Amino acid sequence: MKYMLMMNTMKTGQGVLAWPEKDLHAHIAFMIGLNKELQERGELVSAEGLSFPDQAKLVRAGNDGRPITDGVFPESKEFLAGFWIIDVDNPERAYAIAARISAAPGAGGRPLNMPVELRPVMSGPPQEMV
Amino acid sequence: MTKLWDATSERLLRELAPQVLGAVARRFHDFAAAEDAVQEAMIAAFTQWPQEAIPDNPRSWLIQVAYRRMTDHVRSEIARRERETAVAAEAESFSPTPEIEADMDPDDTLILLFMCCHSALTVSSAIALTLRAVGGLTTAEIANAFLVPEATMAQRISRAKQTIKASGIPFRLPSPQERAERLPSVLHVLYLIFSEGYVSSVGTQLQRLDLAREAIRLTRNTKALLPDNPEVAGLLALMLLTDARRAARTGPDEELIPLDKQDRALWDPAEIRDGIELLTAALSKGSVGLYQLQAAIAAVHDEAGRLEDTDWPQILALYELLKRVSPSPMVTLNHAIAVAMVHGPAKGLELLRTLDSDPRVSGHYRLDAVRAHLFEKTGDRETAIKHYRMAAARTTSMPERNYLMTQAARLAAD
Repeated sequence: MKYMLMMNTMKTGQGVLAWPEKDLHAHIAFMIGLNKELQERGELVSAEGLSFPDQAKLVRAGNDGRPITDGVFPESKEFLAGFWIIDVDNPERAYAIAARISAAPGAGGRPLNMPVELRPVMSGPPQEMV
Repeated sequence: MTKLWDATSERLLRELAPQVLGAVARRFHDFAAAEDAVQEAMIAAFTQWPQEAIPDNPRSWLIQVAYRRMTDHVRSEIARRERETAVAAEAESFSPTPEIEADMDPDDTLILLFMCCHSALTVSSAIALTLRAVGGLTTAEIANAFLVPEATMAQRISRAKQTIKASGIPFRLPSPQERAERLPSVLHVLYLIFSEGYVSSVGTQLQRLDLAREAIRLTRNTKALLPDNPEVAGLLALMLLTDARRAARTGPDEELIPLDKQDRALWDPAEIRDGIELLTAALSKGSVGLYQLQAAIAAVHDEAGRLEDTDWPQILALYELLKRVSPSPMVTLNHAIAVAMVHGPAKGLELLRTLDSDPRVSGHYRLDAVRAHLFEKTGDRETAIKHYRMAAARTTSMPERNYLMTQAARLAAD
């Protein structure tokens, strides 16, 4: 069964840019190691990191159908920093991976305990319908 | 006499894969490495044969390529562990031109099937390994069928082989008693490959490998190897009798069409005939099981030229038998539909209530979907809409969600 794990981080405060080099390295090594492990276990479908939120644009179609772009939505406290799509044998395994991501090392090497949103991907086979 | 590559060649090549693997694995006593070597030989054949020609003896061509790969593998192993003289001595004993045909054993495919579907493996790894080692499919094809990257699928297969190695599963035919015990997991894996094929036959996924056809091919081969087992025949019959409805199952916009709305003229009469013939022969052996009964239910549906001709009392009787032979909440769920068709929807709903306390199914979308359908039949539109919506929120199949949402919307508009 496939799941999408969405890693959310705070938009402001404890920004990754302010971390000391050592902590940054530990964090990056953790993410690379995790992806390698998921790949080796035959569970990784894809993983992407996203650009910082100041690069985000909100797009809506105007009345003429042309795009109207706006800066990032000011009301949101968290933003999507990256996501994984995994293919695992049971939901428990997906929760375990999400918890690992949540506890990725942050400033001072302390676990970030950031929220990770987990959603099943619509990939199941349909049954005969009555 | 040179034979050129044609429409039947691909199948020939795939059929040879387990035979070649059996020969190589037995000679080298290393299933995992042999399986990789055969995969490389298969890829070489898929590349070369269509361009050049099919070799006079395709089997020995494949075996020789795989042997060369194995010899390279063993040599590099020796280089890695050069102090281990025992391994070196073993490598010296390889003859570069082995007596190929002497290495063939008709039971090899069966040995491989029992090995790849072993209960020590997770279902997803058993499926992947079976498709590669027994089905002769390439990693890329399997990865594509399950929509995961090739490297991920390669790892899944490699880990499955490590599990087999770690569990000490020997490369030999299980005893008749072991076979009887382990056959259900083999049939389960084949069945799951078939039902996964349901997804790839839906709409935009046309370029994906047809897993339903692969499952039918593998089950047909299994039946040839175990001709007297009525459950293997039952499973093959079930697949054919279900696959027969394939063309009627989806509409022009890829929407699911339920059994009671299908255009029965689109059902495949040849597949239905084959399925019924297989099933009749299997049932005459007198050892009825899970797959024969499900095939019998599928046959009753397929035999009804019009919906109103469906023999529901017979389907109900078959579900009652199935519940005794192989009780499960999913069987009860389908049993409830038959009860509703014979004794009215209220009786069906009554039976469904017994599932509410069963944690295996209580939050499952199928329970809501069936409930919605039966409430609709009682005329309780509001409750039906509620359950269609709950089912839509819980399914992980996109065509199914579209179907369930459409049902709710249709009732809401009435």
